[in-house]
Amino acid sequence: MPVPKEKVESQRKAYALALVELGRERNDIVVLNADLASSTKTLEFSNEFPERHFNFGIAEQNMMSTAAGLAAAGKTVFVSTFAVFGTGRVYDQIRQSIAYPKLNVKIVVTHAGITVGGDGATHQITEDIALMMVLPNMKVIVPADAVETSKAIKAAADYGGPVYVRLGRAEVPSITSEKDQFEIGKATLLRNGKDVTLIGTGIMVSVCLDAAEVLKKKGIDARVINMSTIKPIDEDILEKAARETGAIVTAEEHNVEMGMGTAISMVIAEKKHVPMKRVGIPDVFGESGSSDELMKKYGLTVEDIVKAAHNVLKRKDKLSRLQRVSKKLIKHERKKGNKKDTKRSKSQKRKSSKKR
Amino acid sequence: MAVYDEELIESLTQKAKIIRQYVVKMIYNAGSGHPGGSLSSVDILTALYFHKFLDKECKKDNKEPIMNHDPKNPGWEDRDRFILSKGHSAPTLYGVLAEAGYFEKKVLLAFLKDKNDEMYERIKEEKAFGIDLLMYLRRLGFPLQGHPDMNKTPGIEASTGSEGQGLAIGCGQAMAAKLDRKLYHIFVMIGDGEMDCGQIWETAMSASHFKLDNLIAILDRNKLQLDGPTEQIMSLEPIPDKWQAFGWHVIEIDGHNFKEILTALDTAKEVKGKPTLIVAHTVKGKGVSFMEGAVGFHGKAPDEEQFKQAMKELEGDAGA
Repeated sequence: MPVPKEKVESQRKAYALALVELGRERNDIVVLNADLASSTKTLEFSNEFPERHFNFGIAEQNMMSTAAGLAAAGKTVFVSTFAVFGTGRVYDQIRQSIAYPKLNVKIVVTHAGITVGGDGATHQITEDIALMMVLPNMKVIVPADAVETSKAIKAAADYGGPVYVRLGRAEVPSITSEKDQFEIGKATLLRNGKDVTLIGTGIMVSVCLDAAEVLKKKGIDARVINMSTIKPIDEDILEKAARETGAIVTAEEHNVEMGMGTAISMVIAEKKHVPMKRVGIPDVFGESGSSDELMKKYGLTVEDIVKAAHNVLKRKDKLSRLQRVSKKLIKHERKKGNKKDTKRSKSQKRKSSKKR
Repeated sequence: MAVYDEELIESLTQKAKIIRQYVVKMIYNAGSGHPGGSLSSVDILTALYFHKFLDKECKKDNKEPIMNHDPKNPGWEDRDRFILSKGHSAPTLYGVLAEAGYFEKKVLLAFLKDKNDEMYERIKEEKAFGIDLLMYLRRLGFPLQGHPDMNKTPGIEASTGSEGQGLAIGCGQAMAAKLDRKLYHIFVMIGDGEMDCGQIWETAMSASHFKLDNLIAILDRNKLQLDGPTEQIMSLEPIPDKWQAFGWHVIEIDGHNFKEILTALDTAKEVKGKPTLIVAHTVKGKGVSFMEGAVGFHGKAPDEEQFKQAMKELEGDAGA
């Protein structure tokens, strides 16, 4: 169950603490960064374990392949930088040196998405999930808050292969509790509901919870799912949500054309087809502004999710009306057909079906 | 400084000839591959992989081998490591690994017999051709990928092929050795075309910054890349000055002279506090007259006539 959103916490600080704890427990943990130790908070690890922390300067390509070498020699390597430099800038190094040989490297990036704010489009990566999602062997995790970040980091350390963990810059509301289980590839149900399912990832999970409150006041019972692993995606929870609520809204701080919503839509299309709407950043580059202003301008607010929920609910209603009508029609046709059948021979029936 | 007698040099020379024959056979059989850069690197890889087995003093345990490795135990923790950053020279690496005994031919045949009768029969038929597995370079379902894959082929230390990354991977392994207080060395062969990559220079900087004296890079300076001479495509010289300026110990040698190769490797292992670059001057396509210094054989397999001619030259030499 979600805890009340009374406090906001930094995912980066949670990452720093988790790293230090891991460092104390395990000698094989090595941390690399590229002139961003203070921003990504790996500095805390370097203060306690200076011999296991390496700064590569602004040379991310070198850092990624070196991480691969350390992993090949038995280390569990955490590599940190901003999301924009930890994915697009080093895509080939990740592909060739890390993902293809399936080496034990954890790429933990901060400052992802549009909420980076003032730095503008050059630093606001909104396609990183897409880039990491298409790589074979890569796991993609986007924790919702500080508590989940800590668990995700530990789960990533325990898994023996490449993992991408996406963190934001800003402090985020705490919505998960210490007691919640975290498992790579498993989404969590934060709020049960039967009318519509809101699926968020990262900072959008708390926005989904707020949207569910707004919908409740309008008599709509929304389910909320925290999709903290985007790859591999939890197909079971999605299929169940589609079956039980019949309408899905996804929300992500990422390019809406190719991200979590896209991954979910593929499952929905193949497993249980229901009305769906994706909320996210349009297929454009960002710009400077405050986090809140950008969230508003690029469609990532509670209102955007509520609007999307109304949209899918409308389609769901229309669909169920259509289904009711068509069921009636089928029933009616069958009745008519049964009456005629008693008069017709079997061969005549075959002929008429051919004509149709 | 270790002494290398004529007998050792002669046995390495003979070994290199065998490897060259493998390389040409493999690439001809595959119908594609990179003969030029594979042949230029043969002598250096032969020295690295076979010094341990051909130097009598090593056999008697009087001398430390240049590269300490165990083909029967590729995962041995304390082994020295070799990374082929210029992954397109994979045939040479496969040749030395096979000749050193990293591949179990019989295991592969047994494996195939259950899974693929057709392939099994074909391998049996072609057995006279040399080492069976080598003849299946670049073939579907076989472990010898066009570029080295550490998860598919025993003895491969890093999956390489995208230029410029192998030196950094070696840098990571050298850092791990330091962290674990292990004494093993990491040898990385880089190509000169690869030196165009910015990442090589990033690693040149970091390996020196981290004082990785257990990292030894060997530059296969064959002076040609895919489109032509390196100095026309993108000037690299003065290479020794540049690397010295980056804080490396630099040694220049003739990359086809075993005495020079062995002495340089030996010296490099003794250098303290900084990594070493051995600039090995080589001839692209070395050993096959019409491939020597020919840009055209960077990434092209020989045709049947060329193959016969090449084998005649290589076998003739071997018998001499």
